[in-house]
Amino acid sequence: MHKKQCGNGVEMKQYEIVIGLEVHVELATKTKIFCSCSTQFGGEPNTHTCPVCTGMPGTLPALNKKVVEYAVAVGLATNCEITRYSRFDRKNYFYPDNSQNYQISQLYLPICKNGGIEIETAEGKKTVGIHEIHMEEDAGKLVHDEKRNCSYVDYNRSGVPLIEIVSEPDMGSADEVIAYLEKLRLIICYLGASDCKLQEGSMRADINLSVREAGVKKLGTRTEMKNLNSFRAIRRAIEGEKERQIALLEEGKKVIQETRRWDDGKGISYPMRSKEDARDYRYFPEPDLAPLVIEEEWLENIRERQPELRDEKMERYAREYDLPEYDISILTSAKKLADIFEAATALCQKPKKVSNWLMVETMRLLREREMDAEELSFSPGHLAGLIELVDGKTISGTVAKEVFEKIFDEDIEPKTYIEEKGLKTVKDESAIKEAVRRVIEENPQPVADYKGGKTKAMGFLTGQAMKAMKGKADPSAINKILLELLS
Amino acid sequence: MANRISAGEMEYAGILAKLSLTPEEQKEAGKDLEQMLNYIDKLNELNTEDIEPMFHVFPVCNVFRNDEARPYEGGRNKILENAPEKREGRFVVPKTVE
Repeated sequence: MHKKQCGNGVEMKQYEIVIGLEVHVELATKTKIFCSCSTQFGGEPNTHTCPVCTGMPGTLPALNKKVVEYAVAVGLATNCEITRYSRFDRKNYFYPDNSQNYQISQLYLPICKNGGIEIETAEGKKTVGIHEIHMEEDAGKLVHDEKRNCSYVDYNRSGVPLIEIVSEPDMGSADEVIAYLEKLRLIICYLGASDCKLQEGSMRADINLSVREAGVKKLGTRTEMKNLNSFRAIRRAIEGEKERQIALLEEGKKVIQETRRWDDGKGISYPMRSKEDARDYRYFPEPDLAPLVIEEEWLENIRERQPELRDEKMERYAREYDLPEYDISILTSAKKLADIFEAATALCQKPKKVSNWLMVETMRLLREREMDAEELSFSPGHLAGLIELVDGKTISGTVAKEVFEKIFDEDIEPKTYIEEKGLKTVKDESAIKEAVRRVIEENPQPVADYKGGKTKAMGFLTGQAMKAMKGKADPSAINKILLELLS
Repeated sequence: MANRISAGEMEYAGILAKLSLTPEEQKEAGKDLEQMLNYIDKLNELNTEDIEPMFHVFPVCNVFRNDEARPYEGGRNKILENAPEKREGRFVVPKTVE
């Protein structure tokens, strides 16, 4: 390993970073983990609450079966061992976002452990270990009022089911962290266990980071960083914290084990201080919940219901559809995109054409509309229909793009739409001839250029004629007539 | 046998439990806690080597609820009924950040 030289000639030490992640994922259940309240987002404050999720005395939690099934499904998909005899524990702490004064979580016997997923790195494939996955409940939301010097509590999120996925400290760069999160996100999205949106908080990552001198085996003191809600913030926070810790060590100071809050606006982290911050949660087995036994039959049942995940899908697409690797990686980058691809291809049997519409026009419109691919809502049949109309030369490519935009936005039926709007390609040769004749008259220079041997001028003239026909002509027909009239 | 709880430990327990105790109360509560610890010591005298820990008083497991939403019939008003202070459907608490 080469060593950097400082300005004054002193050799600087080389450092490496070690990162482990705690990822919280909100599960896509209809109801909360321990009561029948809705998990729907955005309700009026405290309208999705009941005595259980507001911690009223004398209430009892009742475990949502779906939560266990999602947690096991994620565990299986991340190569974990499923804990056959599992239970819940109480984590005690006082804070107003937690009405019970404890959070029901799992410490001693988490539902999944010892797994791992493979990520792609600059140096090739690498496995990031998963230490454990446990189930727990989310807390309520606090809003602080500076003017009145008080805080407001909304318990709608209190009791929303979460899984916490704890990785091993196996990552060594921001790129690896993002590759891991991306992989995890896709696995969970494909399972339908969560929508995994960082921005909306349904996937949250806390980063444990330490630095050590290159070659040293022992881990350095780590800090934990919270409040990271985009890949960009994660990357910046990792770089920032790495620099901060190295600077401390260079000055001969020590890194203090603490929780820090990343301020993405300012690009720095602050220690999270709360007076009397005693990290002593006095965990004990949750007496209000019966233990969980995952029998072979149930496990087998969940295993059988596992959908095809991205890696398997990519292999199958390469086998079945003869598509370039690039197409496959884009088509499978969102479950919804892959679903539309498969359904449309089944109807028209033209995988490459379906792929092109999804990769080019769909991606462009998603960017323009600032939408996520999972929000796509048009019918695959309408895309397949559009492809047939283009192939049958009923409409031109130009018109097709216009029609596709309508399919994308309003899910119109293309055949009916082009009939209503009169967008069919004009087959009447005399009409095309008329338009071409006008174009030749109005563009003497390009015509002269063409006749002088500049074949490029042909493209311009075809374009003009196409424009005159409002896109409703077959470009090859225009071309043919142009050649005829110019020769 | 005789457990001793120091003043420092009592103060820490007070912080965790969010209780402010007078020195006299601390002393009293400390004595109670010492007695409890002595009792635990008594239990510890038993040999529990091959005995499964009991986590739940009933011999049951897998008590589930189906994922079906059912709004609370009392509604938000009932939930907020006992709140010492409320505003626009929310509980009001002393400010939690500095």
